[in-house]
Amino acid sequence: MSIDWTALGQVTAVSIGVTVAVVVVFALGILGLARFEGAREGNGGTSAVGLAQAGLCFLACEAVVAHGICLIVPQFH
Amino acid sequence: MDHITLLVVVVIVTALAFDFTNGFHDTANAMATSIATGALRPRTAVLISGILNVVGAFLSTEVAKTISGGIVDDTLVTPGMVFAGLVGAVLWNLLTWLVGLPSSSSHALFGGLIGAVWVGAGSQGVHFDKVVEKVLIPAVASPVVAGAAALIATYLAYRLTTRARENSVTKGFRLGQIASASLVSLAHGTNDAQKTMGVITLTLISAGALGHDAGPPVWVIASAGLAIGLGTYLGGWRIIRTMGKGLTEIQSPQGFAAETSSTTVILTSAHLGFALSTTQVASGSILGAGLGRRLAEVRWGIAGRMVLAWLVTLPAAALVGGVSASVVKHGGNAGTVVVALVGAAVAAGIVAVSRRNPVSAHNVNDAHEVALRATEPTRVGTAA
Repeated sequence: MSIDWTALGQVTAVSIGVTVAVVVVFALGILGLARFEGAREGNGGTSAVGLAQAGLCFLACEAVVAHGICLIVPQFH
Repeated sequence: MDHITLLVVVVIVTALAFDFTNGFHDTANAMATSIATGALRPRTAVLISGILNVVGAFLSTEVAKTISGGIVDDTLVTPGMVFAGLVGAVLWNLLTWLVGLPSSSSHALFGGLIGAVWVGAGSQGVHFDKVVEKVLIPAVASPVVAGAAALIATYLAYRLTTRARENSVTKGFRLGQIASASLVSLAHGTNDAQKTMGVITLTLISAGALGHDAGPPVWVIASAGLAIGLGTYLGGWRIIRTMGKGLTEIQSPQGFAAETSSTTVILTSAHLGFALSTTQVASGSILGAGLGRRLAEVRWGIAGRMVLAWLVTLPAAALVGGVSASVVKHGGNAGTVVVALVGAAVAAGIVAVSRRNPVSAHNVNDAHEVALRATEPTRVGTAA
């Protein structure tokens, strides 16, 4: 019996890295959105910075999702 | 149609029944946290999950080439053993569903096959080193990895968003959950439906109805996809309750972190050729998400029962598979019919017991325990 420690280590490192990265970026996107919505409700203005932050972060998450779909669907390999 | 014997028909029907319980059992993996946080309404969640499972089944072209992935010696496997193994897997899946415990459908299938082959062909038919490598190690490692990822991600998600407007945060993470839960469902369809397709195809090949190296006929793909999709849509509400409400009270940032962690672990492992149980990954993620939020209560009693079920799944299914295999071996066609009838009767009995305290889309979020008896204040004084 042999345990493939390298593969196990890779799965661990990639899983934790990607999960934390996606959740942090998504949380930053939500912060941007919260700022935008807060500004709109607070003084009727808009927060361009908040909107841009949200847009960029959600776009990054969508890219990761697209990559995930590529991994799932064999036809895209 | 000379090749289609009674046994082959019975194996196909049982394989589809297993596929159905597989979908039924595993809806919770993808959708339990989304249902618990209100990201999706219960009926909508299982509908999305069911559809994505069917889509996944049709997308998957890499149909399982072996029945067991090398855990048993496929050259010794007969349709009778496959049938006995499937009976073990189906009954164990139903029993764990009754008590609301998320246990691995793959382990149930492997266990059933191991028991059936052991009895039918002797212990040399079982590759025990493969069992350790393909079942035991991923079973220990994957929930721990998924839990660790979800724990760190949950902690950071709460740290980052504490000061932001609460309803923006809740709404945002709920939307994110829908995407991450859908990915889990799609991955599940491509993985689990093809196991059943593999079993049916290999049975047809061994019976001579298909040539060697033949791919699955369209009707096999369609029926396997529909069986798992239908099972998913009907939803194992008892397991959804345990995973969404039982282990810990899930809020939307935790749900998002847990589902992201599950998706990532499943995809990276599949990419690197690790077989693992979606159920155990999802449960590990949920526990990690529970630990990552300060003051979140993790119900260790339920978690302990769940881990116990994981340990027992393979041996228990193996026992049923072994007993069934011995009846099929010595009883021939009559034995097969007896096993099928007894199996169907036990399954019907389990469903009947579940009716005493049904869990459905309407009450799935109302409690965190799955009890066998309805806890009604007025008790009729007849001792059971």
